Amino acid sequence: MTKQTHPLARATLPGLEARYRAEIRFKYIGLVAVAFSLVFLFFLIGGIAIKGVGAFFKTDVQLEITKELIAEHGSDSYTLLRETLLYNLPEAKGRLGHKDAYKMIAAGADDELEKVMANLGETSDIFKVWLPVSDTIDMAYKADLAEDMLGTLTASQQKWLQSWADNGRLRMSFNWNFLTKGDSRDPERAGIGGAFLGSVMSLLVCLILSFIVGIFAAIYLEEFAPKNKLTAFLEVNINNLATVPSIIFGLLGLAVFLNLFGLPRSSAIVGGMVLSLMTLPTIIITSRVSLQAVPPSIREAALGLGASQIQAVFHHVLPLAIPGMLTGTILGMARALGETAPLLMIGMVAFIVDPPLGFMDPATALPVQVFLWSDSPERAFAEKTSGAILVLLVFLLFMNLTAILLRKKLEKKW
Amino acid sequence: MAVATNKNGFSAGKKRYGEKAIKLALVASSTVAVLVTVGIVFSLLFESLLFFQDVNFFDFIFGLDWNPQIAMRSDQVGSSGAFGAVPLLVGTLLISFIALSVAAPLGIYSAIYLAEYAGDKRRAVIKPVLEVLAGIPTVVYGFFAAIVIAPALRGAGASIGLDIASESALAAGLVMGVMIIPLVSSISDDVITAVPSALREGSLGLGATKSETIRRVVLPAALPGIAGGIMLAASRAVGETMIVVMAAGLSANLTFNPLEAVTTVTVQIVMLLTGDQEFDSAKTLSAFALGLTLFVITLIFNLIGNWAVNRYREAYD
Repeated sequence: MTKQTHPLARATLPGLEARYRAEIRFKYIGLVAVAFSLVFLFFLIGGIAIKGVGAFFKTDVQLEITKELIAEHGSDSYTLLRETLLYNLPEAKGRLGHKDAYKMIAAGADDELEKVMANLGETSDIFKVWLPVSDTIDMAYKADLAEDMLGTLTASQQKWLQSWADNGRLRMSFNWNFLTKGDSRDPERAGIGGAFLGSVMSLLVCLILSFIVGIFAAIYLEEFAPKNKLTAFLEVNINNLATVPSIIFGLLGLAVFLNLFGLPRSSAIVGGMVLSLMTLPTIIITSRVSLQAVPPSIREAALGLGASQIQAVFHHVLPLAIPGMLTGTILGMARALGETAPLLMIGMVAFIVDPPLGFMDPATALPVQVFLWSDSPERAFAEKTSGAILVLLVFLLFMNLTAILLRKKLEKKW
Repeated sequence: MAVATNKNGFSAGKKRYGEKAIKLALVASSTVAVLVTVGIVFSLLFESLLFFQDVNFFDFIFGLDWNPQIAMRSDQVGSSGAFGAVPLLVGTLLISFIALSVAAPLGIYSAIYLAEYAGDKRRAVIKPVLEVLAGIPTVVYGFFAAIVIAPALRGAGASIGLDIASESALAAGLVMGVMIIPLVSSISDDVITAVPSALREGSLGLGATKSETIRRVVLPAALPGIAGGIMLAASRAVGETMIVVMAAGLSANLTFNPLEAVTTVTVQIVMLLTGDQEFDSAKTLSAFALGLTLFVITLIFNLIGNWAVNRYREAYD
């Protein structure tokens, strides 16, 4: 704001300086309010990204296996792994020492060892294999052996880790298991594959149900419904449904789908049905908006050339409104993907190791997995939780971008 | 021979039975929305009525003690447990109040900045970013509140000699507040932009500065709409589940102190219905009574909020 310098103005308005200062102050308060949200968002996503990026990597250790060990235990990878560890850590003495040594390596590393053994040629006396280390060692190594991460390790484990790190026997590799495996009690074996599949299946059910019903309802309300009290009631009803807390939909699912219809608890199909009830109002509302955007001249031209009302709508209005409807549907699906509370009500919160194979199988969903892991005491699960959140956010971003691009590309301006 | 004509005066031609079927499908689809509402109301009412056969309605609404865990054996003394919802309602309102004290000022000031000060370019950047804030799943906010905000508050409290519970109402409320900022700001933004520019120009023409115009003319004119928006935000806060499940407490604690752990209606519903359950016990049924309470509270907030926002819009249209 430019300052008035006219002598008269200044003389007649003695408080002007203060008022201009108040003006600038007011504007900055607004800016600070906006900045607060942006900074919070930055810290939220930044913090989770820093914490979670480690979940995509695992630490491997190089162990030496001799021909004799293979000859003795080759058929039993579990024992072979244990003997190999003791061979590589000769300082491990006594029962407790052995236990410490076994805990250096990841649970499930014996399966990996078996895979490696199968591809091993019998050419030398000593083989070198890379195997994943346990979660506590992994966390300590990822934190560059920081003091507070070493606390959970015993003295000898700390010594071994230090010597492995010094001798270059540790390396980082991409943790495919995190993306493909199901849940597990052991952090090093736990993955989001199962939860992801559960989310995809639920969303598929949700999409099929709510897309068709939502668009049909929108077409009826916008194109055919008479303007009377019943229609007005329907509209109020749909608007209110859009603001009902999501947990209430979970209660509905529990009472109707599980107890009344007897559908299987924890299954993706019930999850999808509950989510579809939740997204239905959103889809109806956005679909109506895109139908409204189609100019009446299109309808009138079709009717004028002798099309029936149904023909006019389905052949001419709907194709023009579909991009907007799809955008609304994708946004609704994105909301459904992030929803947790209603799924807790219908039992999708169970500990499920095997990924679901059918829509009736017990399943869990990505946000529920986040919730489950966030409760786990192991430190490694905090990293996994953040990693799972990152995957969730990436998918949400992907869906939202698709919706925005679709709108930009296909939507017509009339 | 009389030819059947449609409303445009043309011959109706052959009967299109397929079209009848399509139209029927359209009508059926729109009744699904009503069926969902009916389903919600009836399932909640039905289970709640079963619950109120065991527990007196007034004990539920006015009871000061919430302790559903003792209702285990039917023959033991005091087997009905304690189903007083007051501590839960107080906890819910406390956390919602904290959330609104964060979201209302920040949301309204953001809206003022966006509507009155920010240029088109800044607006085009800031609005989508605020929408991102609204699009983040609540489970992520809950995780952030439990892992980052709550320990930080506890540390800050300890350094000035305040004892803050690790699952304080404050941590949950603050994060929930940030979550509903976009809701408040987008409604306020709409409402402020809808204030006729004649009002602004009149004030500016009389020599008021821009901020004086906003504070004395635009905001009072927009107040009903903004208040409606805040009602809608309050409804969101009351029904929010994951943030409070992860960051607020589990045990019912009748207090207005934001530094202590409180529990909410939604947290208790989750607690009662996850894990093993026998369906006809008062403990499980109480979750539906809580659900009904929640539904009624949010419905009232929504109706008032929508009414205020719509009435406001009509006033200036």
